[in-house]
Amino acid sequence: MSDMTAGPRAPADPDVPAMEVRFRGGGFAPESRRWVGVAVFVALIALVEWGTRAGWISPLTLPRPTDVFGTFVELWNSGLLFKHLGPSLSRLAVGAALGASAGILIGVLIGLFSYVRAGLVPLVAALFPIPKIALLPLFVIWFGIDEGSKYALIGFGTFSPTVVATYGAVDNVDRSLIRMGQSFGLSWLSIVRKIVLPGAMPGILSGLRISLAIAIILLVAAEMLGAEYGIGAYILQAGSLYDLERLFAGVVILSLLGLLVSATIAQIERRILGWRT
Amino acid sequence: MDIRLEAISHAYGDTDVLEDITLDIPAGRIVCLVGPSGCGKSTLLRIIGGLERPGAGRVLQVGAPPEGCLNPLTYVFQDFALLPWRTVRGNVSLVLEDHGIRRARARDIIDDVLARTKLSDFAGALPKQLSGGMKQRVAIARALAVNPAVMLMDEPLSALDSQTRELLMDDLIALWTRQPFTSVYVTHNLAEAVRLGHRIVVLSRRPGRICEVVEIDKPLAERLYADPDLDDVQRHLWELMRDEARAAEEELIDV
Ligand SMILES: Nc1ncnc2c1ncn2[C@@H]1O[C@H](COP(=O)(O)OP(=O)(O)O)[C@@H](O)[C@H]1O
Ligand SMILES: [Mg+2]
Repeated sequence: MSDMTAGPRAPADPDVPAMEVRFRGGGFAPESRRWVGVAVFVALIALVEWGTRAGWISPLTLPRPTDVFGTFVELWNSGLLFKHLGPSLSRLAVGAALGASAGILIGVLIGLFSYVRAGLVPLVAALFPIPKIALLPLFVIWFGIDEGSKYALIGFGTFSPTVVATYGAVDNVDRSLIRMGQSFGLSWLSIVRKIVLPGAMPGILSGLRISLAIAIILLVAAEMLGAEYGIGAYILQAGSLYDLERLFAGVVILSLLGLLVSATIAQIERRILGWRT
Repeated sequence: MDIRLEAISHAYGDTDVLEDITLDIPAGRIVCLVGPSGCGKSTLLRIIGGLERPGAGRVLQVGAPPEGCLNPLTYVFQDFALLPWRTVRGNVSLVLEDHGIRRARARDIIDDVLARTKLSDFAGALPKQLSGGMKQRVAIARALAVNPAVMLMDEPLSALDSQTRELLMDDLIALWTRQPFTSVYVTHNLAEAVRLGHRIVVLSRRPGRICEVVEIDKPLAERLYADPDLDDVQRHLWELMRDEARAAEEELIDV
């Protein structure tokens, strides 16, 4: 093999300038850089801590992170944290489950049937931009001041984005796969179950990310009326008293909830969408 | 089971695509359809398989499909059409499940077709792990699993590189020699047509009409790579097609 390289070739002429080809193919390919996210958080918190201690951030603008943490620990020790978290999580779970499952169902029907599409797409488009918070009094009348109105608010809020994402995902399923199913004489139900739904799954899951974030946003709104306990109620109470430490402790809990939901979906995607290239 | 096409014509809106195609596809033979691109080969194949309704004329199945045939008219697509979320085994099993074939019976069929297409070692692989040639072999295995009366192949090798194409042609010939199947094989590649076709149907440019039907008597197993006997046929086919292809090409630019 060694004499291959020693074959005849033009000797390098030292007078002709040679330049190495510049690499220009980098970027545009997301890589896993987990620690950067953590570093950004830590840096921001450290900055605020330093600012509040040094005095160039007044305690009226931002609470000191260590104080917020102290409030959080207090909340934990007194057991109040779980008293607030329990009802909130159940509202979130029930409301989002209702809204998302109804949304996926309607979205799939819109994707499959032209009449359903013609009838419901304009309706969904009309419902989507309504701020559901504005309807809270209506939901209270319809579903009662107790849990019913809270489930309804969160459910309606998650419903419309889920519908839009789902029928988009069904529309995007590779037509050639459906034609393949038909050419093998698969039944309509088999084509839906084995080709359309798995093919739409990536789009449905990425729609759920957005819908569930909206559900967390609406949790606070849902607890505006008739809620004694709940993270939202806790934040609203702290806000009305201008108790910034407690307000921030509540906000941090919501953020953590959001992170948790997003991580869960990422985990599900890794598990069931491993077939994607 | 034979297939008979009777005076098939078809148009998409104002564009006539096929005109008066009458053709017999005898059992146990491979009929190749060649013609310039856009002349309606894929459309004709979709009409034969019942995926599209012809504007005029009809497609007849003459005789009963063989015993144990689950899907008489079965396609092999150019883009493979494998479900990316199913393994090789799962992709084959997909077409058996609807016929109530499960467990041991399904396993026997799947093992058999995977062995015939030399895929036994890849039963658990996902499509994304396979090369193009292997994906097309999976699609062929899937088609064989339903024991088709007629295989409708739409440019099955056109997405593959030329070495893979040669290998797969050998595979197809071996499959046919072991157990002759009936096939309508669409291609724009004349070398494929003379290698695999018992009968080669040359279509004109759009609207597609039958220009000539060429029979090749030499048995498939005796046809070799760059076979001199086939060269004459291939040259003759090219002569028939050259002007049509050029005209079709210029037509596309005009549009
Ligand atoms: N679904 C369709 N709607 C309208 N025109 C079509 C459709 N399918 C094919 N065509 C047109 O019909 C002609 C024949 O197409 P096709 O059968 O795919 O040709 P080939 O496979 O021979 O290249 C082309 O001009 C194409 O643009
Ligand atoms: Mg075609």
